[in-house]
Amino acid sequence: MSQMMFDLLLRSLWETLLMTFASGLISLVVGLPLGLTLVATDRGGIAENLAVNRVLGGIVNAFRSVPFIILLVALIPVTRFIVGTSIGTWAAIVPLSIAATPYYARIAEVSLREVNRGLVEAARAMGGNKWTIIREVLVPEALPGLIAGFTVTLVTMVGASAMAGMVGGGGLGDLAIRYGYQRYDTGIMMIVVAVLIALVCGIQWIGDRLMARLDRRVG
Amino acid sequence: MNTLGETADETADVVRLVDLKRHFGPTPALDGISLNVRKGEVLGIIGRSGAGKSTLIRCLNGLERPDSGKIMIEGRDITGLSERQLQPLRRRIGMIFQHFNLLSAKTVEDNVALPLKIEGLGKAERRKRAHDLLDLVGLADKAKAYPASLSGGQKQRVGIARALAARPALLLSDEATSALDPETTRSILTLLKDINRQLGLTILMITHEMEVIRTIGDRVAVLDAGKIVEEGPVWSVFANPQTAIAQSLLASTRPQLPDHITAKLRPEPKGEMVLRIDMAGPPAQQPLFADLAAAVPHSFRLIHGGIDHVQDQPVASFFIGLNGDDASRVAVLEFLRTRSARVEVLGHVANDV
Repeated sequence: MSQMMFDLLLRSLWETLLMTFASGLISLVVGLPLGLTLVATDRGGIAENLAVNRVLGGIVNAFRSVPFIILLVALIPVTRFIVGTSIGTWAAIVPLSIAATPYYARIAEVSLREVNRGLVEAARAMGGNKWTIIREVLVPEALPGLIAGFTVTLVTMVGASAMAGMVGGGGLGDLAIRYGYQRYDTGIMMIVVAVLIALVCGIQWIGDRLMARLDRRVG
Repeated sequence: MNTLGETADETADVVRLVDLKRHFGPTPALDGISLNVRKGEVLGIIGRSGAGKSTLIRCLNGLERPDSGKIMIEGRDITGLSERQLQPLRRRIGMIFQHFNLLSAKTVEDNVALPLKIEGLGKAERRKRAHDLLDLVGLADKAKAYPASLSGGQKQRVGIARALAARPALLLSDEATSALDPETTRSILTLLKDINRQLGLTILMITHEMEVIRTIGDRVAVLDAGKIVEEGPVWSVFANPQTAIAQSLLASTRPQLPDHITAKLRPEPKGEMVLRIDMAGPPAQQPLFADLAAAVPHSFRLIHGGIDHVQDQPVASFFIGLNGDDASRVAVLEFLRTRSARVEVLGHVANDV
């Protein structure tokens, strides 16, 4: 492999990492509160409000039903408004984040819903308010699932970021398409695939380790 | 303003319920419950599943809201309070649960300290209080453990320590021993009784196990279809259950005529007459059978039964067979009546049983 190709591979890896972790971080910061809101406002939740629940649920479903490649193009005006341009890695992060957030919100919702209702009741019986219940019960008790879900979201974003080439976002997927597919360079294709596999395995391994360390549910 | 009499009365009752009603759809879960819990007593509420026990206990700390009626906790009406207004009040009421409801992500000491954290106490103070309480329940060495590594009995001890953390005026126990084996149940009940005596803590427990109430209850209320059908000191309800539901709940803890004899009982007055005798309190402390044998010689034989002690009161149930002639039977029945025994003729057995 030439020095040029190596540099290109390194740059693409950096772009993929940037897109994956930036959108992942945003999905965590926005998606977790969204997931909490979905659980809290549902019937029997700690802040039952079915109107809010339906509207948020509808928005989440709407974004989740649009294929990412369509979202990437459809959000160009939004991207231009936020980043100032619709081309490049940072421009790709906007649609990636908007796709990742409802995705993670749903995954977080599932984990939070699995928290035993008896624990919420115990916290209420102690005189805890909604914030106490969220901070001391829901989030800590669902933490292993929340971490596992975040790992899944990151891996999904590695895949989704391959389409970022559409808007000049670069990344490993883009490299594989342009060199491996369009130029029939099987060597590059295989190297890129190997790097992607290593990346996904690495993310999964860290996620699993973290989850195992924080899971206190078995003695 | 209250009159003086009423004020004194209200401080003596930690809980006072007036005509509490709650419906789920068309079925009444609570159908006009009026009940007082006195300061320092252990009141047991017993009933079958679906009798409304859980709804009742959950009304007391506002986890459930009644449709109508009044709930007074330490003299203060809590019906109509908002969730936010209920929060400080709930800190005066500890609660323990059938499935313990410990937070799996927190250590034992952090579980115990959580009510104090909610109250806003500093970390050092929380830790000290948590350790004192773990000492009280005999789990001082488990402070840093996670609940998953504890046995069921240990988990409930942590639950009790947690419920006591905020120095409540009232402890609610929601089937706290129903998930435990008999030996562990006994040790938990002993702990609760100790706490009741040492701290003077008022305890209201719901259960479907008569044994639980028998072990630590002072008073018992029997709940059926959302109504209190029977209420009184535990020993007296044990000795003389008035309602069919109380009798059937008691069946497992009171002596019953062995099945093979019951199968041979006939209503026709032929052969040996089988009686059930129930006595309780002072009359049950006197020599019964020696006196009966002296009064009417060769008149009876003991088939089954014995004397139990509930709240330090003797509660006796005997089954005896009468073989003599009519005159001696009448004399036996007459004698038993003078001893304030409740006598029930169960039937006759043609041959010797």
